[in-house]
Amino acid sequence: MSEKPGTGDDGHTAWVRITHWVIALSFVTLAFTGFAILRTHPRLYWGEVGNDLTPALLELPISRNLQHGGWVDARPFFEDADGPISAERTYAILNHNSWGRSLHFLAGWVLVATGVVYLLSGIVSGHIRRHLAPRSGELTPRLLWQDLGRHLRRQIRSPTGGPQYGLLQKCAYLGVVIVGLPLMVLTGLAMSPAVTAAYPVLSDLFGGFQSARTIHFFLFAALVLFLVGHVLMVVLSGFGRQIRAMTIGE
Amino acid sequence: MKDDTVITRRRALLTGLSSVAGLALTGCSGELPPTYGNLLRMGDVLTYKAHRLLLPGMSMAREYSHADISSSPAIGTTDPGDPNRSIFDAERGPIYDRLRHGGFADWRLTIEGSVARPRAFSLADLKQLPSRTQITRHSCEEGWSAIAEWTGVPLRLVLEATGILPSARFVQFYTYDAFADGIDMLDALHPQTILAYGMNGRDLPVPHGAPVRVRVEKQMGYKSMKFLRRIVVTDRFDDLGDRGLLQSGWSWYAGI
Repeated sequence: MSEKPGTGDDGHTAWVRITHWVIALSFVTLAFTGFAILRTHPRLYWGEVGNDLTPALLELPISRNLQHGGWVDARPFFEDADGPISAERTYAILNHNSWGRSLHFLAGWVLVATGVVYLLSGIVSGHIRRHLAPRSGELTPRLLWQDLGRHLRRQIRSPTGGPQYGLLQKCAYLGVVIVGLPLMVLTGLAMSPAVTAAYPVLSDLFGGFQSARTIHFFLFAALVLFLVGHVLMVVLSGFGRQIRAMTIGE
Repeated sequence: MKDDTVITRRRALLTGLSSVAGLALTGCSGELPPTYGNLLRMGDVLTYKAHRLLLPGMSMAREYSHADISSSPAIGTTDPGDPNRSIFDAERGPIYDRLRHGGFADWRLTIEGSVARPRAFSLADLKQLPSRTQITRHSCEEGWSAIAEWTGVPLRLVLEATGILPSARFVQFYTYDAFADGIDMLDALHPQTILAYGMNGRDLPVPHGAPVRVRVEKQMGYKSMKFLRRIVVTDRFDDLGDRGLLQSGWSWYAGI
């Protein structure tokens, strides 16, 4: 399709374009449903345990469920009155987790399946090594600083229509592809009672069920920031050209 | 020759794929929860099938020490006998209230369905069977978690006492509140799946499901049904109508 001279290695390959959009769609779905799930219990904790009767690490003012009044009949479980208690919730909470959770896990399956195809193709074809990994000697503070400076001065390279990326661009993509999304999947699995029963090491790795949930949230925040930056750069560098390059491959 | 092999292989693959897709679409095998043609339910079935295929069935949920026991919220139905609570069953609620005021002495748990000897267990009957005490984490679908010590009789022993039939595939729990729910045989026979009558060293409190609740430790909290009334063993999947999870839009399998 490309009429550019050269090696034929200039544009985005078909599998990159397809997996890009499938992963983009599943990520947006995961982010949206994840936010809906978080609104049901907008408190974050560290360790294995956290609930409305225990102190939170962070409280997010994103739903009425945070106003956790209405707990009655608080009773200590043991003789020690300062020890763990039981209390009953009296008010109806906002909860969209029925469809929210099922859609989250469905999109999770799509992300994992497509992600595996992407990573395997990326390794086998050399895409990750040639296009995403910074070249040897390229990853120096001076060069990173220079590239950051160019971005801040709005000196944005016109798009090549293919995977010939700048240094910060490579770092961002590589970070998302081999750190961000895989950690997202692992912290997600670390919240699964069936998976952690089979592989307790997953839970230990992140310091427990609630720690995994908290890390899952901060990774979500980082990936959403990446998405905002990514879309911003696409717009600033030439929206039409970039979209054509990532869809029809021109 | 080679072409033949390829075609055969492709055919086999296509047949396999289409039968899996057919199952996912209709879910009418009786061995799997139905999907009603709903994409979300197909995803739930995929997760269920994947767990059953890929995860070792008898792995144990983590057990904690006494010092790890935490505060435990009681949510959903916290007293099935109170008509002023949001979830109240007009038929069974008053019966529960009466049983509660009699200290659950007249409470019976019936086991029926695909068992050779259906019978009703009193609380004393259950306590006579060997017990298991486990300190486990309750993880709520809402996002919170709590650790508590549970004491009860393994469901496996109760099912064996009633002579469970080889055709049995699912165990359904009917309760004194508005809900009913079920689990498959793998979870039902799991050593940590117990009919709990004790919590943190005392009788199970009413807000947490007195006199007996089931603990299903490898699924989210909502599968650990409270206020048990009746257990029915079935050979085929039963969506339990409007009392079950599926018709209100929840995943039947919650091992995620």
